[in-house]
Amino acid sequence: MDSISGIEIFPIISLLIFFIFFVVLFCWVFTAKKDYIKKVSQLPLDNQNDEISCDI
Amino acid sequence: MEMQQFHYDNKIVKNFLYATMLWGVVGMLVGLLLAFLFLFPNLTDGISWLSFGRLRPLHTNAVIFAFVGNAIFAGVYYSTQRLLKARMFNDTLSKINFWGWQLIIIAAAITLPLGYTSSKEYAELEWPIDIAIALVWVIFGWNLIGTILKRRQRHLYVAIWFYIATFVTVAVLHIFNSLELPVSALKSYSVYAGVQDALVQWWYGHNAVAFFLTTPFLGLMYYFVPKAANRPVYSYRLSIVHFWSLIFIYIWAGPHHLLYTALPEWAQNLGVAFSVMLLMPSWGGMINGLLTLRGAWDKVRTDPVLKFMVVAITGYGMATFEGPTLSLKNVNAIAHFTDWIIAHVHVGALAWNGFLTFGMIYFLVPRLFKTKLYSIALANVHFWIGTLGIIMYALPMYVAGFTQASMWKQFNPDGTLTYGNFLETVTEIIPMYWMRAIGGTLFLTGMLVMIYNVIVTIKQGSKVEDELAQAAALERVTKKRTKGEGWHTWLERRPVQLTLLATVAILIGGIIQIVPTIMVKSNIPSIASVKPYSPLELEGRDIYIREGCVGCHSQMIRPFRSEVERYGEYSKAGEFVYDHPFLWGSKRTGPDLHRIGGKYSDNWHFNHMYDPQSTSSGSIMPRYPWLITGSSSELDKSQTEAKMKVMVTLGVPYSEEDIINAQANMLIQGEQIENNLYTDPDFAKTYEADKKYSQEHGEDFIEMKNREIVAIIAYLQRLGTDIKVETAGQ
Repeated sequence: MDSISGIEIFPIISLLIFFIFFVVLFCWVFTAKKDYIKKVSQLPLDNQNDEISCDI
Repeated sequence: MEMQQFHYDNKIVKNFLYATMLWGVVGMLVGLLLAFLFLFPNLTDGISWLSFGRLRPLHTNAVIFAFVGNAIFAGVYYSTQRLLKARMFNDTLSKINFWGWQLIIIAAAITLPLGYTSSKEYAELEWPIDIAIALVWVIFGWNLIGTILKRRQRHLYVAIWFYIATFVTVAVLHIFNSLELPVSALKSYSVYAGVQDALVQWWYGHNAVAFFLTTPFLGLMYYFVPKAANRPVYSYRLSIVHFWSLIFIYIWAGPHHLLYTALPEWAQNLGVAFSVMLLMPSWGGMINGLLTLRGAWDKVRTDPVLKFMVVAITGYGMATFEGPTLSLKNVNAIAHFTDWIIAHVHVGALAWNGFLTFGMIYFLVPRLFKTKLYSIALANVHFWIGTLGIIMYALPMYVAGFTQASMWKQFNPDGTLTYGNFLETVTEIIPMYWMRAIGGTLFLTGMLVMIYNVIVTIKQGSKVEDELAQAAALERVTKKRTKGEGWHTWLERRPVQLTLLATVAILIGGIIQIVPTIMVKSNIPSIASVKPYSPLELEGRDIYIREGCVGCHSQMIRPFRSEVERYGEYSKAGEFVYDHPFLWGSKRTGPDLHRIGGKYSDNWHFNHMYDPQSTSSGSIMPRYPWLITGSSSELDKSQTEAKMKVMVTLGVPYSEEDIINAQANMLIQGEQIENNLYTDPDFAKTYEADKKYSQEHGEDFIEMKNREIVAIIAYLQRLGTDIKVETAGQ
């Protein structure tokens, strides 16, 4: 790897990216609002679409 | 709020479901034929297009891209429309997606048995088909993103994110791994060589598992399991963590397919570390799926859909626990190249992909045809035969894997190998291959029971190709975050930004691994004595690729005492610099061939290819008579110069002179081998008799030096000999 200049910074950058990625991810998740979470998780159960019959 | 009426496109879902079932049967039948070829190697004797090496890629491609691929499209087209409260973006795009994909499958089903292959696992198809795949995939993505943009539901459910990540990543993987330079309409060479080709291939191969067999199916799980259980997913927050961490980590794990090979150590270790981490998001997802059934376990007893899904998710959990375990170097040292891997992938394919698909089919068919499933009893029969089939398949393969590994590595007190003859380790596990064939038969039988059940259900139902639905139009909201809106809430109502971020997440891992690998070229310790293949050897190598020898024979001796003792000096990165593509292989049904050069006489190879059982009693290798006799045996030398020129473009140092003299060189090398073959009196007698017969009957006679067998002998005798030249020179 000697031919790439400044290669020693690569592992540190990788670690930082990795660390920041998960910190940000957990921040997102924990700050998400409960009513929003509840609303979105109900999306597949909206049966109106499935069961509506053609004679409407 | 104004309510809008629109129709869901059920016809496209139905078409994909039919295709799933059709190709599922085809793919599994080919698999079953392969399983029986282990037991009766001469079952398809003399038929080149039904030989093991050519059918193996057909089986893997049919199951992955035809069976699972169509199931993905069926599930995505059904759930996307309902989750977004919109018809698919464009009916024509849907149709092109469907028919284009089926044409690609048919093209694969024709070209692979005919021997047109790039030899890179799960990417075997030749370049024109690769281009077609890219085009159809872009059509699919266009249709998906178009639907997202015209949706009537503000928030994107987590399943949709998985579909977006699938689209983006498969596109990136497919394009980068398929970079190849064409020689003719159906022949090309990978632009990468040796170690680089291996790294790019397994970056692709592993992520084909990740982003074709896993992420779309997780999306389907997040839609269909809550749907079937009629309750929301256990933890939506967990699904957010699951999604982002899974796609971020998965992309790094590819090098665990290359442990102890000539791949640089740092890349191997990076692959191991990320593979171990992968356990957490995978199990997070599995737990999320299973706990969705909390309080509804009584339904699992009665509803076949849930039964299939529970086993599917359990299979996912087993396979994703096993994956990180197999990535540990000490475990990998045992499992790699053995049938353990075959067991591992089939737990994933049969349980996770197969059973989730079956659950989805049992869920969708009654709904698409506005009726009830014809027989729950038959669905239960399918469930139990299928489950038994999985167990009967996987368990014997685990035993076979352990048996192989321990026999390969066992030493006598005097330091010699206990099972020096590779064949002993093959005949030992034949009973396991029998059980596997029975397990596979059971699984396929279950699928046929399902198809019968589905046909009767469809007959008693009524077709609703365009299903009416209504929803309120989406009001415009500011592009910025509204008051009190969290960042992620904002992000997942902005699909384009979400797609871009997902792309960044998957590119980071790819770039950190691939960029240094491109630089590796100058860092691979070069070996002065390693020279490009002679024209005849190059032709022989192409026959090796065409016949799919790589499906059963590796060319990668790992630095273990047991392997060096059995095969010879371990493989070095510098030995593969002219190998476009690399042929390291991933399975040893037969022995490694990297140091086969010079180990046996030309006559031995000749007799072995004509009838492997004559030189190696009990061998399960098929015969290759079409390389030796008849008009098919004539070596096609018309492309040789073109092949060499392409190689020159890729950096292989053939001189102008080499290319001009290619034909003459091939004749000289062919004559040398022909003369060597004459040392066997039996050969001389039969060959002369054949020649005389042809002359007397005025038939064309192909001289031995012009036959394919001579080219493949030339290649095999060259394998791994370059570093021996160096040793002799010193």
